[in-house]
Amino acid sequence: MVSLIGSKLERKEDKRFLTGKGNYTADINLVNQTYASFVRSPHARAKINKIDISKAEKSPGVVKILTGEDLAKDKIGGLIAGWKIVSQDGKDMKVPPHPPLANDTVNYVGDHVAIVIAETLEQAKNAADLVNVSYKIKKAVVNTKEAMNSEAIYEGIEKNLCFDFLLGDKGKTDEGLSKSDKIIKLDLINNRLIPNAMEPRASIGDYNPSSEQLTLYTTNQNPHLTRLVLSAFSAIAPEHKFRVVAPDVGGGFGSKIYPYAEDAVVAWASKKIERPVKWVAERSESFLSDCHGRDHVTHVELGVKNDGKITALKVETIANIGAYASLFATVTPTYLYAPLILGLYDISAASCNVKAVFTNTAPVDAYRGAGRPEATFLIERIVTEAAKEIGMDQAEFRKKNFIKKFPHQQCLVHNIDSGDYSAHLEKALEISDYKNFENRRSQSSKKGKLRGIGFSTYIEACGIAPSAVVMSIGAGVGLWESAEIRFNATGNVSVFTGSHSHGQGHETTFAQIVGDKLGVPIENIDVVHGDTDKGPFGMGTYGSRSLAVGGTAIAKACDKIVEKGKKVAAHMLEGKPEDIEFKAGEFVLKNSNKKKTIGEIAFACYLPGQFGEVKSPLPAGVEPGLKETAFYDPINFSFPAGTHICEVEVDEDTGETKVEKYTAVDDFGTIINPMIVEGQVYGGIAQGVGQALYENGHYDESGQLTTASYMDYTMPRADNFPQIKLGFTSTPATSNPLGAKGCGEAGAIAAPPAVMNAVIDAVGTDVSMPATAEKVWKALKKNPSKKAAA
Amino acid sequence: MKNFNFKSAASTKEASKLASGRATFLAGGMSLIPALKLRLAAYSDLINIKNIKGLSGIKVSSKSIKIGATTTHAEVASSKEVGKSIPSLSILADGIGDPQVRNRGTIGGSIANNDPAADYPSACLALNATIHTAKRKIPADKFFKGMFETELKKGELIEAIEFEVPEKSSYVKYPNPASRYAVVGVYVAKFNKEVRVSVTGAGNSVFRSKELETVLSSNFSAVAIDNVNISSKGLNSDIHASAEYRAHLIKVMTRKAVSSC
Repeated sequence: MVSLIGSKLERKEDKRFLTGKGNYTADINLVNQTYASFVRSPHARAKINKIDISKAEKSPGVVKILTGEDLAKDKIGGLIAGWKIVSQDGKDMKVPPHPPLANDTVNYVGDHVAIVIAETLEQAKNAADLVNVSYKIKKAVVNTKEAMNSEAIYEGIEKNLCFDFLLGDKGKTDEGLSKSDKIIKLDLINNRLIPNAMEPRASIGDYNPSSEQLTLYTTNQNPHLTRLVLSAFSAIAPEHKFRVVAPDVGGGFGSKIYPYAEDAVVAWASKKIERPVKWVAERSESFLSDCHGRDHVTHVELGVKNDGKITALKVETIANIGAYASLFATVTPTYLYAPLILGLYDISAASCNVKAVFTNTAPVDAYRGAGRPEATFLIERIVTEAAKEIGMDQAEFRKKNFIKKFPHQQCLVHNIDSGDYSAHLEKALEISDYKNFENRRSQSSKKGKLRGIGFSTYIEACGIAPSAVVMSIGAGVGLWESAEIRFNATGNVSVFTGSHSHGQGHETTFAQIVGDKLGVPIENIDVVHGDTDKGPFGMGTYGSRSLAVGGTAIAKACDKIVEKGKKVAAHMLEGKPEDIEFKAGEFVLKNSNKKKTIGEIAFACYLPGQFGEVKSPLPAGVEPGLKETAFYDPINFSFPAGTHICEVEVDEDTGETKVEKYTAVDDFGTIINPMIVEGQVYGGIAQGVGQALYENGHYDESGQLTTASYMDYTMPRADNFPQIKLGFTSTPATSNPLGAKGCGEAGAIAAPPAVMNAVIDAVGTDVSMPATAEKVWKALKKNPSKKAAA
Repeated sequence: MKNFNFKSAASTKEASKLASGRATFLAGGMSLIPALKLRLAAYSDLINIKNIKGLSGIKVSSKSIKIGATTTHAEVASSKEVGKSIPSLSILADGIGDPQVRNRGTIGGSIANNDPAADYPSACLALNATIHTAKRKIPADKFFKGMFETELKKGELIEAIEFEVPEKSSYVKYPNPASRYAVVGVYVAKFNKEVRVSVTGAGNSVFRSKELETVLSSNFSAVAIDNVNISSKGLNSDIHASAEYRAHLIKVMTRKAVSSC
């Protein structure tokens, strides 16, 4: 039998998606359903004097209008930050309360003030227009860099400081810097991004007064955790009476890992009115109220010897986490960021100080890469400048500093199990035809264009994460994963996973694993996810964890099936379990021609007796049925790495940058489905190029989001890209039996510095991200020496 | 979107009659419908003018091209006659929005809306167009009054736009990377006796650049533009482009337009 692992199978799920038969939350309509519209704050910061709903209540079709006051009366709790960070002075982080509907203040444009529920959506919107909120407007805190010097937004949170976090040894770092020949310094901005999942968020609360069961259908990457948080902290419903369904979800990129205010409110409102309440975000609501990503201001210093050896790295970051601390907002700029500043280099001293600040902007949380793109951006930018300063070739400088022996204990946190960094660098140099770059540069120059090249050799920590480790540093939950394999009597298989697919192709990849492990044809395997009533408790999908952690749980459940199958087969074949070999779906008794297929074993497990001709007794002590559950807690993170090389052409007349050539060579360890992995890399690179050249979530001084639609927020488009060239190398992870490292975030992590390094190489002077045409034009005006030949 | 009455007119007369109170005309709806959906606009009545016979179509003579108000961008872009007579006009039509917009959106709608970054108004000014309504003929120079403002009176319906055929012409725009509307679009048209240069995207409404016209009238070449000083005063300044950058782009786009004439 040909191995399914490693084959480019077409995605099982694509048929329904491509024929418009996906079942998204907005596609779900329930009997007696009502429609919700949220009244949102038009101000970035204000005190609510009064909410007058008298006119709105009389508007046609209105069923109910609820405000923060009603929420407080029902003792519905606020949304939480799921990870406690301790500041360097030993004090816990400070977070303001985050009620799902505002109590007496609003803190960003789009903040939730009231829910208007009506018989139709139009009626709900018309009534929402009539809710009269009187505000006392206060001066908004918007700027990341200035937040600590601005008026405190919340009482008791001085300087708007959530925490002042330090990782690493400052003394050793300063010593390392002082021993260097040169200290390279950079000030960097990691721009604010708005996730823009193709499917806007949606939620439907459906309370059944007879069973007292509450069901929440929602666009979510993590339904079990959403249920846990809404039960334990918001007290919406007890866990055993609460079902969360995240059906087909059209992209998340981190923005759908956690419950939102709307989830809590529609679920609670449905309980109050005893009717289903449906809310679907409009795109402008998504821009305003989906959690945003990144938004760092960073100062970085790197010490190097004249021979190119790095001696120390010092990083100081201000991270804007927005108006409230969202679920993963505090871990993203700390433990997902600071340990990664070292990149894949052997650096013996480093420190990273992160000050997280509150501002009157949408909450900032995990976004594809979460912390790791920010870290990769700073290290790859400064390494590039260091190589230039020393006068070394970019590839040579990197090679000199690469970690070469594994396992490698980094000076900050991670113990990197495996890798071969020169292998992917060499391969990328070859695919990108690096040796002829200068020829291409002069060709471009003849056309009147400035050509530049940029490197990004990156590492990420994925396979999130060993529970004991993360809980010891503040995580509110363990980050294991679960799986359950259920054989049916007729031999086909349902696989229940705690991971959640919202574009990753799990229905195919996971079926490939099960097909290989159990010898069952892939069409007889169904992967089920996204419903807390179906599978075991799971931890969802983010942090490139699904294959490394969720896939391993599935593999382990398969092993348990085989183990039980051996006992049953031994009994049926009149041998001993230890003499049974399982291969390609068959249990074979050693040194004999006696065998049973796994289908026959499944049948026997469900019909343990004699029925006519069929005789399938089970051995003593073996329970009927064939169903196994496994929980897998990883022993370490996994460490994908790779080399991306970008070449751009800059039009000096307009400042416009075009990506001309892009090469990505990645080491993801074992790859199950190369086609799906390639798709993930392409998509990630597109997002990374988007961050580098186009995307920018921008608030004006008063806290209005000026990029709240596609008229103003620039998404990358197909015509912005050349054909991206991909390559792979493989050093399997040793931390999981599959050898998988994770691939979902790599592109978004590697691409921004690759593109920015290329732009800066072309322009000859620093440009901040995103490198929009006007910024590049201005930089060229300042640096006229960089003229193309023509 | 708030509820409205949908009415269909069979003639321009009927359309004008129906357009009373809080009513407006609906052609392709590519700007109007999004505005309604975003609740930025609300009308009691939408008067569909797509069924009016004779309001759509292209008539070409040696001196002019007359395009009916409900002719779609796609029809203009693919018209062989337009391509032969004023190629820059088909190129302009082919660069508006995306295929969906080009298949629904109409020339009359675009001009009546007068979006400061729309493409067609620049063609009207550069090609010395005449806007035909049921009541009168309005020269383009008098038609565009300001941001989303035109000379049209309440209930006055555009029937056709008549463009003069130049010796040569070109339209080049620098698209906003987000919306792909023009950050700056420059239409250059060389006639026997004059050169007309119009600019869209840069100001609060489309305008003609006298400086560029003067220079190009005496020397119709790309190098002639180098010495023109385009003031940034009064130009738009927003998150996409400062006034200074727009002033610079006007020169760059003009140079490109003249080069490609």
